[in-house]
Amino acid sequence: MFRSRRRLSCGLVLAALLLAACGSAGDSARAASLKPDKDRKRAPNFSLRDASGNTVRLSDYQGKIVLLNFWATWCGPCRIEIPWFIEFEQKYKDEGFSVLGVAMDEDGWSVVRPYISRMKVNYRVLMGDDEIAALYGGVEALPTSFLIDREGKVASVHVGLVRKATYENEITQLLESPASRAADGTFGGKPAGGARSE
Amino acid sequence: MVLLAASPPAAPAQSSGVLHVAPLSKQVVKRQEINTVSLRAVLKDGYHVNSHTPSEDYLIPLRLTWEKGLIQPVEIIFPKPRLEKYAFSEKPLSVFTGDFDITTRFRLTAKAIPGPQIVIGQLRYQACNHNSCLPPKTIEVRLPLDIR
Repeated sequence: MFRSRRRLSCGLVLAALLLAACGSAGDSARAASLKPDKDRKRAPNFSLRDASGNTVRLSDYQGKIVLLNFWATWCGPCRIEIPWFIEFEQKYKDEGFSVLGVAMDEDGWSVVRPYISRMKVNYRVLMGDDEIAALYGGVEALPTSFLIDREGKVASVHVGLVRKATYENEITQLLESPASRAADGTFGGKPAGGARSE
Repeated sequence: MVLLAASPPAAPAQSSGVLHVAPLSKQVVKRQEINTVSLRAVLKDGYHVNSHTPSEDYLIPLRLTWEKGLIQPVEIIFPKPRLEKYAFSEKPLSVFTGDFDITTRFRLTAKAIPGPQIVIGQLRYQACNHNSCLPPKTIEVRLPLDIR
């Protein structure tokens, strides 16, 4: 797993606001779009611990739209996005949307917990490991985010910092699309090994 | 003083991710002297690594360490960092880009008996490009010495 350091400067928050306002971040923003339904693949299920020690599975979010964000405290671009995700969680949670953060800091909760507390992160943050990273294709660069539709399929993937508007457009598109749930009632496949499956 | 320079890239570079270090040739060093070795680090285009003195507390600094035993570092000298502005940071960050040298001045310890020896060093870095970051990595550096 990755290592980390702490403390967020107010500057980063300002930078985030600037990026949101000016839309100057990320090349992939312009090209980003949701995959057609037929091209979407099922998001692998996993089971990881949150900051309180509770087990969280992707399948717990069956029927919801999930923004699964891999990040780390030492990752500058990740820190830009987190205030956006806090806002999305607040704005869309009642419509069946959730953010799930997966922290990849090798120092674990000792660095992640203070950061999410200071940032007042209002969504669930889980401690990631190499196994979940492998399950999601390696996740070498951070941030990497997967937007998962109500059927548990990956509707878009973003590697690196993209514009806030890109995320929000995709989220609202998914929220407005018919909420077709998986007919078999399952959400995800085999649990990621790092995680305990119960 | 004996100056050890990075050898021509005859042997495979010691590499990890987007940064590699040119291999070091065997050098003659003397016990009573302060010796110097310079590592040439080569970073992939488009990437930067945090300097040894990052601009923000949360950033992971560049670090070079040597295993204890045969050598005692006197000083590790990094080049002057560049201050570069990125979209994800409000203020410029202290970074290294491109090719750069890291110099170690060291003495041999009492354990350094005459003859060929290898000293292992570790270069730890964390790299980013303009919109994403890679996890911190460590490159093992092999310093072959001929101790006189």
